[in-house]
Amino acid sequence: MTEVLAPLPVLLPLLGAAGALLVSGHPAFQRSLSTVVLVAVLAVSVALLLTADAEGASSVSVGGWPVPLGIVLVVDRLSALMLVVASTVALGVLVFAVGQGSADGDEGTPVSIFHPTFLVLVAGVSNAFLAGDLFNLYVGFEILLMASYVLLTLGGTAARIRGGITYVVVSLTSSLLFLAAIGLVYAATGTVNMAQLGVRLGELPEGTQVLLQSMLLIAFGIKAAVFPLSAWLPDSYPTAPAPVTAVFAGLLTKVGVYAIIRTQTLLFPGGALDDLLMWAALATMLIGILGAVAQSDLRRMLSFTLVSHIGYMVFGIALGTAAGLAGAVFYVAHHIAIQTTLFLVAGLVERQGGTTSVHRLGGLARRSPLLAVLFFVPAMNLAGIPPLSGFIGKLGLLQAGVAEGSVLAFALVGGGVVTSLLTLLAVARVWTRAFWRPPSQSPADDTAAAAAMDAGAGRTGAGGGDGEGSPDGRPRTALQDAWRRHTAVATASEPDLPPAAGAVRALRPLPRTMVGATVALVALTVALTGLAGPLYGLADRAATDLVDRTPYLTSVFGTGEIR
Amino acid sequence: MTPTIVLPLMVGGLYAAGVYLLLDRSLTRVLLGFLLLGNATNLLLLSAGGPAGLAPILGYSDAEEINDPLPQALILTAIVITFGVAAFVLAIIHRSWRLVREEVVGTDEEDRRVAARRAPDADELDPDDLAPDDRIAGHADSLAGDAEELADDVDLPAGSSR
Repeated sequence: MTEVLAPLPVLLPLLGAAGALLVSGHPAFQRSLSTVVLVAVLAVSVALLLTADAEGASSVSVGGWPVPLGIVLVVDRLSALMLVVASTVALGVLVFAVGQGSADGDEGTPVSIFHPTFLVLVAGVSNAFLAGDLFNLYVGFEILLMASYVLLTLGGTAARIRGGITYVVVSLTSSLLFLAAIGLVYAATGTVNMAQLGVRLGELPEGTQVLLQSMLLIAFGIKAAVFPLSAWLPDSYPTAPAPVTAVFAGLLTKVGVYAIIRTQTLLFPGGALDDLLMWAALATMLIGILGAVAQSDLRRMLSFTLVSHIGYMVFGIALGTAAGLAGAVFYVAHHIAIQTTLFLVAGLVERQGGTTSVHRLGGLARRSPLLAVLFFVPAMNLAGIPPLSGFIGKLGLLQAGVAEGSVLAFALVGGGVVTSLLTLLAVARVWTRAFWRPPSQSPADDTAAAAAMDAGAGRTGAGGGDGEGSPDGRPRTALQDAWRRHTAVATASEPDLPPAAGAVRALRPLPRTMVGATVALVALTVALTGLAGPLYGLADRAATDLVDRTPYLTSVFGTGEIR
Repeated sequence: MTPTIVLPLMVGGLYAAGVYLLLDRSLTRVLLGFLLLGNATNLLLLSAGGPAGLAPILGYSDAEEINDPLPQALILTAIVITFGVAAFVLAIIHRSWRLVREEVVGTDEEDRRVAARRAPDADELDPDDLAPDDRIAGHADSLAGDAEELADDVDLPAGSSR
C-alpha cells in the first residue's frame, strides 16, 4: 500500500505542473486541474498518515534499487503528518489564489505560470518531507526553492525584484553550504542514506561530528530563519502577492524546521549542540517579536512574528526530550495553518482597505464584520489565548521546558511567555487601529490624502483624481457618498471633487472564493483546537519514534544489522 | 595512495574568491561569486570520492581500481541545478536593469525608516499634522524610477507621484 502511495505526493504535482503548462491557454481548465491534483495529494497524504500511524514507519526504494544504493522515500509519523498539513494549506491557498485571479480579471495574462509553479513548489515540499537520503533532501529543497524564486518575483515589479534578490542570494548561499556539508558527510562516512548515516556518523571522532552537524544546522537554520540567520525573511516575504506570501510563510520555513528535527534526532542524537540551539531559540523568539512590535505594516509585522515563533519550535527540538519534540511537532502543525491563514487575511485586508499600513487602515470592523472575525480568531490563536491550539502548543513546550529543569530551559520558558505576551501586543495594536479606529481619524487611503493635497495646493475641479483613471462624471452611488462623508479632509476642502479611485476600490465587495478559502482555513485552525487531543497524541507518538530512532532505521534496513 | 594538494588548494581559492564576490552589491558579481562557489563545491564533492581511479564501468575496468561513481552523479545533479539557478539570476539582473537602470541590491527603505525612528511612535501621531513625506513610507518606493508606472503595485507615500 505505502509502496504505491509514497511517491505520489511528489509525482502527482509534478505531472500536474506539466499538464497545467500544456493547458495554459485555458485558464478555467488549468485551475480545475491544479485543484484536482492538490485534492488528490491531500487524499494520498491522509491515507499515508493513517497507514503510518497504524503500522509504523515504512520505506520505498524508488526504481527498485536496493538500499543503500538507490533513492529511498521514508514515511514515518512525522513526515506523514507534515505532508497532510502542508497539502491542506496548499489547497486552501490555491483556492484563494484562484479567487483572487478571477476577481482581478487576469484571464489571458501570462499569470497562468502561477499554477504550474505552485504545483512544483508542492512537489518540492513533499519530496523534502519524504526524502530518505541527504542528497534527495537537497534536491527537494532545490525544487521548492526554484519554484519559490519564480513565485516571489511574479510580475517582476521593482519591489518584488528587490525583495526577490535578497531571497535568492540568501537561499543560494544556504544551498551551497548544504551541498558542501553533504560532500563532507560523504567523505567521512561513504554514504548519504540517512538511516545509514544515523549509525555511521556516531562512529566518527567527536570534532568531525560537531563540524558536520554545525554545517547542516547553519544551512537549515538559514532556511528556517533561526535568529542570526533570519534577517532575510522580513525583507523579502512581504513584497510577494498575498497567496504566495501565505504559502511561503506556512511551508518553506517549516521545511527547514523539519530538516533540523531530522538532523538533531536521527543523524546526531547525542545532543552536542543543544545548548547553542537553546540560545538561538531564545534570541529568535525575543528579537523576532521585538521587530514585530516595531512594525507598522501588517504584512511585515506578520513576517516578524513568523520568525519569532520559529523560536518555539527550535526550543522544543533543543530540549531533545520526547515531550519537547512532541511540543515542537504539534507547534509546527499549528503554526503552518495559523501563519498561512493570517497572511491570507492580510491579503483580504489589503483588498478591503487598499493598503496594509496600519497607519492608514481604519474602521474595517464596521465595513466588514466578517473580515474582523477572520482576523481576530487566528490572531488570538497566534498569541496563544486559551483554549485555542496556539495555547496548547505553547503550554506543551513550556511544560517540557520545566520538566527538563536546567537554568537555560527556565530562561527559555520565561522568554516564551514574554514572546507570547508581546505577540498579543503586536496583534492587538493592529486590531484596535485597523479595525476599530473611526475611519475619519485616519486618511484611510492614500488617494484620498493625495486628493486633499491637490486641493490644498490650489488645484481645483475635476483634476484631483489621480493616475488610477477614475472616470469623471460617473454617477455617484450611495456607498461613495458615505465614503466621502468619512474622508472629511477631502470633502471639507473641495466639495465637488470626484470620488477618489481608491475609495471605489476600497468599497468593492470581497470576492466570494477568496473569503471562502480564508473562512475554511480559519475553520481549520479552530478545528485544530477541537482535534488537539488526537493531534497531540499523534505528535507524542511521532516524538517517541524520533527519540527511539529504531522505527526509522528498521523501516529502511529491516531488522538486520546496519552497517 | 598519495594525497593531492591541488584539489584542496583550488577548492579553498575558489571559495575565497566566491565569498568575496558574493559580498558585493553588484548583482553580476554576486552571480559570478555564486558560480565560483558552485564550482568549488563540485570540486569538494569530487575530492570526497577518494583517490582518482578508472572509469566505473562494469566489465571494462577492474573493480578494485575504479573510481567512486556516486560523487560524480551528485556533481552532475548539482551542475544542472547551478545552471538553472544561474539562468534565473541572469533574468533577474536583466529585469532589474530594465526597471531601475541598476543592477545592485537595493536598500530596504522600511527597515531604514524603522531603525531611524525616534519616539514617539508614528502610530501615536495624528497623520494629518505631519508633513506629507513623513506620513508613511511604503518600502522600496525609492527604487521607483517612474512613479506612475509602479503606482499600481507599490504603496507610494501620499503625494509622491507629483
